[in-house]
Amino acid sequence: MTKLSYAKALNRALADELARDPAVCVFGEDVGAGLSGLTPGLQARFGAHRVVDTPLSEQAFTSMALGAALAGLRPVVEFQIPSLLFLVFEQIANQAHKTSLMTGGQSAAPVTYVVPGSGSRDGWAGQHSDHPYSLFAHVGVKTLLPATPADAYGLLVSAIRDPDPVVLFAPAGALGVREDVTTELVPVPIGSARIHRPGEDVTVVAAGHLVYDALAVAEELASEISVEVLDPRTVYPFDWAALSASIARTGRLVVVDDSNRMCGLGAEVIAAVVERGTPLRTAPRRVTRPDGAVLPFALGLDRALQPSREQLRQAVRAAM
Amino acid sequence: MSAPTASPGPAELYRGMRLIRVFEETALCLVKSGEIVGGIHPYIGQEAVAVGVCAALRADDQLTSTHRGHGHVLAKGADPGRMLAELAGRENGLNRGRGGSMHAADLSLGVLGANGIVGAGAPIAAGAAWAAVRQGLDRVVATFFGDGALNQGVLLESLNLAALWRLPVLFVCENNGYATTLPVEAGVAGSVLGRAAAFGIPAEAVDGMDVEAVRTATERAVARARSGAGPSFLECRTYRFEGHHTMERRVRVNYRTAEEVESWRRRDPLERCDPGAGQRAAIDREIDQLMAEAVEFALSGAHPDPAGALDHLYADGLRPRAGVLT
Repeated sequence: MTKLSYAKALNRALADELARDPAVCVFGEDVGAGLSGLTPGLQARFGAHRVVDTPLSEQAFTSMALGAALAGLRPVVEFQIPSLLFLVFEQIANQAHKTSLMTGGQSAAPVTYVVPGSGSRDGWAGQHSDHPYSLFAHVGVKTLLPATPADAYGLLVSAIRDPDPVVLFAPAGALGVREDVTTELVPVPIGSARIHRPGEDVTVVAAGHLVYDALAVAEELASEISVEVLDPRTVYPFDWAALSASIARTGRLVVVDDSNRMCGLGAEVIAAVVERGTPLRTAPRRVTRPDGAVLPFALGLDRALQPSREQLRQAVRAAM
Repeated sequence: MSAPTASPGPAELYRGMRLIRVFEETALCLVKSGEIVGGIHPYIGQEAVAVGVCAALRADDQLTSTHRGHGHVLAKGADPGRMLAELAGRENGLNRGRGGSMHAADLSLGVLGANGIVGAGAPIAAGAAWAAVRQGLDRVVATFFGDGALNQGVLLESLNLAALWRLPVLFVCENNGYATTLPVEAGVAGSVLGRAAAFGIPAEAVDGMDVEAVRTATERAVARARSGAGPSFLECRTYRFEGHHTMERRVRVNYRTAEEVESWRRRDPLERCDPGAGQRAAIDREIDQLMAEAVEFALSGAHPDPAGALDHLYADGLRPRAGVLT
């Protein structure tokens, strides 16, 4: 049995895929040095021709990855800062994502984009603290948000093997998590949710680092409310079947979502459940960042705009 | 790796340009008749660039194209019938009617795609060229772009990366004088060639109305790229005889004088190319026949079934939810 950290799990997934498939390659800033924790040791092992340090030209190297994919490679692109995804939204959403449809299926675009450290990192302020997974789900890019080291490993492997563009968000709040790994690390299918804690009274949908907050709240409330914690793992495509099955058991729904409230994951989950007429015993609740949130620098202000355990506690109680 | 092919002679160069010219004239008619919806960006006037560049490429070389891309796609060998069918949104089009004029692609011919975003093809070409080097191929990738793209950051980033990593990319700037209606001198500080020179990329200006000149300059650039010496930059000085887009026929804009257009029309690349004694009329007849067949093929193609509007969205066949519960 070994303790595996989330960052090490991503690193091992990338190493295993680089070793397994010569078409896999990595583009990113400071990937040789392994600054973000995703790539330490990989350039020494696989060479600078496969683990490629790029200049600060995010738009060009993101579309270079697409060009390499069209030529038969399977590039992985690392972004050190989640907000860089706004800079390359054109290259991912408008170029890579549209390739398969616009070419009438002539070509796939197997590129994986990884953000090792998405969401708030305490003190990194407005332009380094976004967590834009709902944005990518909205445009239809496969969007992964693993919470645990084993899921991080399994989903990154699946992303690299997938024929379509995939964005994997590794939440800053989960990067330090360590997990006892007792079984072999295996690929995790894209689009498959996981129940972290079964319960009978209310389903809490939580993804990424918020899974740990949901589990803590569930534990605190255990004597009065039986909380089921459902982790979609994949934001898009979402595992609607798993959610329906959970709500069929509990009849109540709370979503905790580190997106802005407007058009975020929480909004979609609740809308989808209500629209289907799924019987709920109480009104569904969500806990999100406020509309249009820009995280301010001062720590107290930063925290004030993120979903908190207290808010989640209140939401769960209100749903009862 | 395919064997080098014999350099096309004047008759073949003329034939390639004539095909594009008649294709575009046909497409203009089909826009007018409503068979092509949304309009096109006509390539008429710039034929020598596409044909001259592609004459210096091998079958396994690749290219990325632009919103004004019909000429590039045809010059790389695309079937005019399937290309026209694509413009008409038919199932028998190159992209099964899913791409249209601005996204025509034929991966089997190395046409990685036209592109609706100015400058966006350059990094894709650089990535394909990077992959070719990694795969041990001596393939060259050409990327076409207009003078408007010279002010797109991603193009400048791509020039830097291609030079830095000595990628086999051929940057082909089709300077037709206008970014839509903005004259090049109102949009480009410094000089066109200076953009490339800043990155240490060999750059030369060539008469883009002279197919032989374009071909010869491209052959030098291709030889350099194939030898591993890195990218080159060609500024092809050319002109579009038509408007930026067919909507210009409805919206009256006045950014070019009739005299200016006429002066460039007198330099028509098809007139300046001598296909050989007695060849011109025969080639023209052959192309007319070819295009008649292309129209027949295109317009007999089926309109795609609306039930398949999400086909190919995901390469793994993932079917997203519909827009409404049923």
